[in-house]
Amino acid sequence: MASPKRKDTAREAATEAWIASVPVPEAGFTAAARKDALARFGAMGLPGRRDEYWKFTDPSSLTAPEVPPAALFDAGEAQLFGDVDSVKLVFTDGAFDAGASDDPAAAGVEITRLAEAGAADIHWAQDLYGVLEARGQTPVARPLAALNTAAAGDGVLIRVTGRAEKPVHLIYRHESETSDAILHHCIKVEAGAELTLLETGPAAARFNKVMEVDVATGGRFHHVRAQGRDHERRAATHIFARVAEGSLFKSFTLTVNGQLTRNECVIEIAGDNASAHVAGAALGDGSYGKFHHDDTVFVTHDAVGCESRQVFKKVLKNGATGVFQGKILVKPGAQKTDGYQISQSLLLDEDSQFLAKPELEIYADDVKCSHGSTTGAIDETALFYLRSRGVEKEEATALLVLSFLADAIEEIEDERLAGEIVGRLEDWLARRKT
Amino acid sequence: MLEIKNLNVKLEEEDKQILKGVDLTVEAGKVHAIMGPNGSGKSTLSYVLSGRDGYEVMDGSATLDGEDILEMEPEERAAAGLFLAFQYPVEIPGVGNMTFLRSALNAQRKARGESEVSAGDFLKLVREKAKTLKIDAEMLKRPVNVGFSGGEKKRNEILQMAVLEPTMCILDETDSGLDVDAMKLVADGVNALRDPRRAFLVITHYQRLLDHIQPDVVHIMADGRIVKTGGPELALEVEKNGYADILAEIA
Repeated sequence: MASPKRKDTAREAATEAWIASVPVPEAGFTAAARKDALARFGAMGLPGRRDEYWKFTDPSSLTAPEVPPAALFDAGEAQLFGDVDSVKLVFTDGAFDAGASDDPAAAGVEITRLAEAGAADIHWAQDLYGVLEARGQTPVARPLAALNTAAAGDGVLIRVTGRAEKPVHLIYRHESETSDAILHHCIKVEAGAELTLLETGPAAARFNKVMEVDVATGGRFHHVRAQGRDHERRAATHIFARVAEGSLFKSFTLTVNGQLTRNECVIEIAGDNASAHVAGAALGDGSYGKFHHDDTVFVTHDAVGCESRQVFKKVLKNGATGVFQGKILVKPGAQKTDGYQISQSLLLDEDSQFLAKPELEIYADDVKCSHGSTTGAIDETALFYLRSRGVEKEEATALLVLSFLADAIEEIEDERLAGEIVGRLEDWLARRKT
Repeated sequence: MLEIKNLNVKLEEEDKQILKGVDLTVEAGKVHAIMGPNGSGKSTLSYVLSGRDGYEVMDGSATLDGEDILEMEPEERAAAGLFLAFQYPVEIPGVGNMTFLRSALNAQRKARGESEVSAGDFLKLVREKAKTLKIDAEMLKRPVNVGFSGGEKKRNEILQMAVLEPTMCILDETDSGLDVDAMKLVADGVNALRDPRRAFLVITHYQRLLDHIQPDVVHIMADGRIVKTGGPELALEVEKNGYADILAEIA
């Protein structure tokens, strides 16, 4: 009995050390939220391997006082979505790079930097900052998100009131081997408005990011994100979304490389006839160091006639590990819910592993919910079919990997963005021909 | 063109011999048909020739234009001119029919030391071939065989054959699952490819496909070997009397 107690003490001490390192804000519209978040973080404590929610993923490198160094990685490839006409905002190791960014004022949407919003009285942001994060803490604790709300150094606050003319593109750059970046973004899509948000690039040696997205009645939000290709990064990201009546939320993430990536997505469907889709494609090759990728998703249906989809695909080789924890919670009264969840892994060798925990919890009787999880190797019959037409084995394997990932990529509505993602996948596969 | 000598093959996983000394020679420009009851080894022969995993060649040889194909990878056999039209064409979601066909054609050309076909030329080529098989542009855009009807899948196989222009075509029960109209369309596609430099090996249960694709030679296969060889009249005999008579005759 002594051992667990000692560990708890260690956790408390580590939590206290983090709290001590977070500056307590005196003023500004986020001050109250930060103070509240810090108190919640203190009550929850840092996540540990013994927590059920962290059973498959060791958070110690995310919570260590010292940042585990991550070598800089020059992919030597063109900026993803670089040719897409967008409002580009650049963060280098978590710090805004005004010189490399477009002028937010000229964007046609309201964009304010969190670090500059400090004293300003931005009502909509005050109603959002830390609010969805706090709501997302039940029924499962997400201490790293609370820590983020308390300690975020910067981020963007974006509000759209109409159809945004062009996407907002958050570009992350990593230039310090020991950077520890904490960014917090708030996005408000007002009634009937529409926004596409792009996120690309390696952000820091260690990255803690929270994005709160509030989509009002009839609003539409599209999110396409590419993480990588820095091999040694550690990242914990959270998306907290609330979708109102008749609105649409769509998020897609491509993850390549990275020692540890935990992407949590918490969606609250709060209005009738709304739709929320979250998808991910991850490519992990353990031969360049550890690869551990964790998608943790929690979708709550709390309205009538809503649809949700979770589509997660992972391609793993050379000792890579993939994790999926996904839940659909249908609250009482959320009738006519259509919930769907699929998590699949394609193991390209026998050294890799996929750990999945799909969950459904339903308190309404007129719903349609399904979930599935599979893990398997390349389909030999399909491989033979392609080869019998003259396609070489490596090329045929690459085609089958793309085939496997297709369902996830189809969740990207914009064909041009989807095409660029496929291009990156093809490049990744081409580099790994054996 | 295709020369098979004393081919003995067993399943890799279990100690079960399927082919027990197949001897068969198919000359350029000819259409040979192989008929036989279920389990006689017809499909196994097609798989072994095209290089599918799971079989072990115990004895014998198979050469295409004098080259030993049994040692080759499946893609090398394809580049050498061999083509197998599958009994059950495989669905490959997320890979466009055109992408697949172009990868296949260019891979074969590359393997033969030829230059790749440009996107424009390829499109023209496929459209022209597709038209005669009544394959519309929509079907070409869809992922490989996904959502295709039985007939569409088989037509797609023949389209691949028409585009890749192999010299030795093996059709494995191409008539299975087809209604009369679909079968006729497929047969027309095959007949259009008949050429003095090209040979066909048509594997089928029934004579009806051979009404549309007239064979020069008909072989009866039973228990892993060719037990009788004759002209087109042999197929008619099977149609009329079944396999029992022939098998009894040779027993």
